[in-house]
Amino acid sequence: MRKILAALALTTALTLPGIAMARPVTLTTTLKSYGGDGAYLAIYVTDAKGAYAGTLWMAGGKAKYYEHLSDWYRATGGNRAEINGITGASVGAGRTLEITLDLADALFDAGYTVHVDAAVEDMRDSPNEVAVPLTAAGAGKTVQGRRYVASFGYDM
Amino acid sequence: MIRALHRWPALVAMALVSLLALSGAALSVFPAAERLSAPQSGDTISVAELATRIQAAYPGVEQIKRAPSGRITAYWFDNGTPGSAVVDPATGAGVAAADPDPIERWLTNLHRSLFLDDAGRLAAAAGAAAMLVLSLSGIVLVARRAGGWRRWFSPLRGPMPGRIHVELARGAVLGLLLSSATALWMTASTFGFLPDQSSGPSLPGATSETIGAPLAEMPLLVSTPVVSLRELSFPYPDDKTDVFTLKTDAGTGYIDQGTGATLAWSELSGWQVASETIYMLHTGQGAALLGLVLGLMALAVPAMGATGAVIWLTGRRGRPRISGNAYPSRAETVILVGSEGGSTWGFAATLHGALTRAGQQVHVAPMSAFDPARTPAARRYLVLAATYGDGDAPASAKGFLGRLAALSAAPAAPLAVLGFGDRGFPAFCAYAEAVEAAARAKRWPLLLPLDTVDRQSPQEFARWGRALGAALGIDLELDHQPVRPGTSSLTLVSRRDHGHEVQAPTAILRFALPRASLLARLLGRGFARFEAGDLLGIVPEGSTVPRFYSLASGSRDGFVEIVVRKHVGGLCSSALMALEPGDMVAAFLRRNQAFHAGTDRTPLILVGAGTGIGPLAGFIRANEVRRPVHLFFGMRHRDSDFLYREELQAWAADGRLARLNTASSRGERPRYVQDALASEQLQVIRAIRDGARVMVCGGREMAAGVADAMARLLEPHGLSPAMLRAQGRYVEDVY
Repeated sequence: MRKILAALALTTALTLPGIAMARPVTLTTTLKSYGGDGAYLAIYVTDAKGAYAGTLWMAGGKAKYYEHLSDWYRATGGNRAEINGITGASVGAGRTLEITLDLADALFDAGYTVHVDAAVEDMRDSPNEVAVPLTAAGAGKTVQGRRYVASFGYDM
Repeated sequence: MIRALHRWPALVAMALVSLLALSGAALSVFPAAERLSAPQSGDTISVAELATRIQAAYPGVEQIKRAPSGRITAYWFDNGTPGSAVVDPATGAGVAAADPDPIERWLTNLHRSLFLDDAGRLAAAAGAAAMLVLSLSGIVLVARRAGGWRRWFSPLRGPMPGRIHVELARGAVLGLLLSSATALWMTASTFGFLPDQSSGPSLPGATSETIGAPLAEMPLLVSTPVVSLRELSFPYPDDKTDVFTLKTDAGTGYIDQGTGATLAWSELSGWQVASETIYMLHTGQGAALLGLVLGLMALAVPAMGATGAVIWLTGRRGRPRISGNAYPSRAETVILVGSEGGSTWGFAATLHGALTRAGQQVHVAPMSAFDPARTPAARRYLVLAATYGDGDAPASAKGFLGRLAALSAAPAAPLAVLGFGDRGFPAFCAYAEAVEAAARAKRWPLLLPLDTVDRQSPQEFARWGRALGAALGIDLELDHQPVRPGTSSLTLVSRRDHGHEVQAPTAILRFALPRASLLARLLGRGFARFEAGDLLGIVPEGSTVPRFYSLASGSRDGFVEIVVRKHVGGLCSSALMALEPGDMVAAFLRRNQAFHAGTDRTPLILVGAGTGIGPLAGFIRANEVRRPVHLFFGMRHRDSDFLYREELQAWAADGRLARLNTASSRGERPRYVQDALASEQLQVIRAIRDGARVMVCGGREMAAGVADAMARLLEPHGLSPAMLRAQGRYVEDVY
């Protein structure tokens, strides 16, 4: 169990619409025992049009591997400024990553989607491993990822 | 300096470097196995054809990857479940599971990070750096030891651990340099210190927002052969703005899924190409054979660590503390030591002890600390100097010649120089000769002429000690034993006497093989394992100095045999000649690696006179492979001291001895063995052309005569005994 408190860490557009109108959200990502090395995970948000809106967390410290998180990489160009201060270690198979951060209320029920891109060394890249709409009703529910993520959910 | 640079990283990092080398060697097998097992594509097939075949087999295909081994893996997504398989490029159908090998993954993590993530990566990189320093300093040390860069590959003599160490190093050092340097590059790349990150083209701003172009009609896929494919990613189903992404060994490009047009392309940067090449060289992925070779070379690392540690320990042990070293200001006798590996210090300690017991104040110092101003009471200087490489100063003598040259006048107290070396090298005692020449040039009076000690021979050292004692007017017996050996009791089984009629009483003494302990048998120590040419040490009663006799048998023969000639007044030979079957004698074994015949099939030319026949007879007896052996044997009279006469006839009959020439110095046609050599010159030259090794055993004068005869024989053919010596093809056992 890895618990990370990233309150106020977000300096991206996601929190700007009204910092006072934000609430703590806990994102929980549990990986399958896929039999490989630690996974790199990029957790980020797109808007209603599918355009990149901002990154919530980057699990994995070596920039040279970010290109394997291909959707995130294409959206950001691998820009390190996008993940400045919100980077942690990669997540081992079977382990759980738990992040708590303040998300603006305006992001909920407004067509925004949380995405998780995953990559594991010597195994296939899995962009868009998870894609979950951000809705107040969706809180507390979990979904399964395509390949590496056993369950992903957010709690408010 | 270089030696310290070699020793300390090795001692500190030995375990780590060995672990990295062993895991690396194990990993080197995988790329080769993958290369052999992966179905290979033909040269002509294009990515478009391959992708079409795979899409037919797996309609939900999302990604196709090609490993440098040629293995092609397809990943797909069908009915909500992901799948993957190694596919046959000829059919597009899956042939094997694509899951990574857990053993390979475990080894990889051990090898690159010791399971410690970044801290482990840095530790492994430190190990690679140590390996790089060891390789570079080792290359310099091998060149110095061999006596120059051009002789880097010349044959080696000396103690076994040192030879194993250098032989392994010469075979493996290039691979180790490559592996360690590439490892450091890869670490720098992993930590982002190199500008080799893939940038890729920027995503095209607009796509056709249509779908459905057939793979077979996408120009970029059609023009790219499968052998240059790295990976092809398909667009998301239902996402019209997504594109095909193609990575090849040249670059990265995007393809519109509606029109099939190439939207963007960017070439790999020079840094990326360099990093990929280095990755291939290090891992063998894409160069499986090279990987196997590097893995094999890495296996030498633990063996070099072990032999290196033995060399270091032996050097430390061999360098005794000089107890009771006199102050330089009071010393009458100053012993200056020029030692490389430390063995000469042992001789200096023996000399110091003997002179101190004779009542002298003796100061021992390295030659590099030579300063007559600090030794005003000195009445004599004794220089014990080894030689390093091609006549260079050994480590503890650096700067001596410069200090001597800088003096306004040489000391008035006389000098004696004793050189230590190995006759197997052309520059035998060359540094000692240089010291003596420099002393003469400075008009430094000489107490004794230059003398030499070959291969740490205790006898030659004792002989020099007697000469020194005579010059000083004292009785000086130098009993030098680097490690005092334990003796075993040998029981005489039989003796055969010769030579009474020619005033050279000689006997072939055969002793029973003493029982060796299990440990000795396992380690091959003492009498558990020996060969003809090794030395039997016998300490006669009433003496402390052992006498050495060349063995005429090996442990496989099941007995210990020597040939002894009685010397007038000789303590040891008299005692041995008095032995009767059943009597016992205390003896120990000393290896004499340089005078082994070996077990290969190169021809041998054996030259011996008198008791020198002993080891040569042993070589012939052990010649089970029937290599061509030509023996020249000099004696006094055929009817009196033709040692091993019956055996030689029998060995000639069964092929162990190809040719025998004898020379008798008495009788109707007196000849010496060198005359026999000259009369057989055609045979000798032919054998040497065939790579023959010359082994000479006997007295000093005979050996000198043989060397002269050989020089005359070889000269017209552009050869010389010195050249053969340098190749280890002319060896002498002289007493």
